[in-house]
Amino acid sequence: MSHVKSLRCRGCGSEYPVEPLNVCEFCFGPLEVSYDYESIARSVTRESIEKGPATMWRYDDFLPVDRKDAVDMGTGFTPLVRAKNLGRMFGLDHLYIKNDAVNPTYSFKDRPVSVTTAKALEFEFEVLACVSTGNLMGSVAAHGARAGMKTMVFFPASLEKGKIVGAAVYGPTLVALEGTYDDANRFCSELADNNRWAFVNINMRPYYAEGSKTLGYEVIEQLGWKAPDHCVVPAASGELHTKIWKGIQEMTDVGLIDGANTKMHLAQPEGSSPIVEAFRTGSKQVRPVKPDTIAKSLAIGNPAAGPFALEVLAATGGTAVAALEEEVEEGIRLLAETEGIFTETAGGVVISGLRRLVNEGKIGRDEVTVAYVTGNGFKTIEVVEDNVRPVHSAPNLDSFEDAMEAHGA
Amino acid sequence: MSNRRVRFTFPQKLIPIPVVYELGKKFEIVTNIRRADVREDMGRVVLELEGDDAEIENGLEWVASTSVRIDPVVGDVVEG
Repeated sequence: MSHVKSLRCRGCGSEYPVEPLNVCEFCFGPLEVSYDYESIARSVTRESIEKGPATMWRYDDFLPVDRKDAVDMGTGFTPLVRAKNLGRMFGLDHLYIKNDAVNPTYSFKDRPVSVTTAKALEFEFEVLACVSTGNLMGSVAAHGARAGMKTMVFFPASLEKGKIVGAAVYGPTLVALEGTYDDANRFCSELADNNRWAFVNINMRPYYAEGSKTLGYEVIEQLGWKAPDHCVVPAASGELHTKIWKGIQEMTDVGLIDGANTKMHLAQPEGSSPIVEAFRTGSKQVRPVKPDTIAKSLAIGNPAAGPFALEVLAATGGTAVAALEEEVEEGIRLLAETEGIFTETAGGVVISGLRRLVNEGKIGRDEVTVAYVTGNGFKTIEVVEDNVRPVHSAPNLDSFEDAMEAHGA
Repeated sequence: MSNRRVRFTFPQKLIPIPVVYELGKKFEIVTNIRRADVREDMGRVVLELEGDDAEIENGLEWVASTSVRIDPVVGDVVEG
């Protein structure tokens, strides 16, 4: 059963009923779902969770939707992989990769969208919508199709065709927006205000954001009901970073674990690193930037949850690191070549950011470290295609041996 | 009449300029500040604008011409 109490403003604390609202009417701060944790503590045990489905919905007591109402495509409970090879290279004895690239639409976005779609049905919305440059629109289109909802997907007109196809196949209405990213931001905010649509990451944002908490719960359960010493999380809006921490805190609050001393680190690409910049300068405000990065899924110049991510960094002793643009592709290759996991650019940012954290002495050899890989490499294949240099040979031994020698193999 | 919720970000050089005041004087727009945070190097004001759609558009165009950045109050909504 759901244990939701209300929506609560993250700025001024004002409370609101559980409705499709995302902004506080008083201070215009963002709203967040608040729960009755005493009620959750009475309902859940480690055993009750372990008996649940092998999906994110095993944690439905901590979500704003009951399991029976879920729009579930098998999302979550993704592998936590012990990364011995990469760990050896980095000098870490207990490195794990949380591989969320294997969700139904190949990114972590299936977690928040699964929650939001169910909530949209509960609120009797007929249209599911989003504005996106890739992962989110694929997930929304797929969940909308499964839920039998009309689905509207907005994207900047300059978006690569491959990413559009990944959403188009599910049959949504595709809207290519002319103009800049800022124009798209402003227009879609207005659209959400003026239409009765469930815009997953605008008017439904409080519910959407809750789905990402499951990435915290799962890691704790998969580590044998222990919180890791370090988490390294990719950051765009900053919401994922704050919600994984919220998940870890909730596990403590309801007594499922004794406590957590997790340092919550975040990684951004240098070409879109407003949170890292604020962290470096000690500012509590995030100065908006114009993104210019190959890690398109992290290209958010004005991150909605940036100030909250800064609070989590401060509260947990985490560090914000930027991966140089040229290190992103290197991070992708390192993970693929050592652990057999093919990640998109955001994962490359995380792996390169992790290496920086180790080099800076922020993570110790014996400490349990989890790096979050949130999207599949087949979504950004163009970034690594320069690595494809096959040996060309005629189908006979002489040619093959000559070609191998010329290739230096 | 309609309402628009926006966030203005002022670069350091524009912090002393009364942009919000002038917006209300130059255009038929009621400005209602809900939150503000002004520091040495940057200022941020979250406010609601009330007026005709066209007047709000013209007003925002003028604000943008001063080099103040205008965003939706919810931050960027285009996600990866």
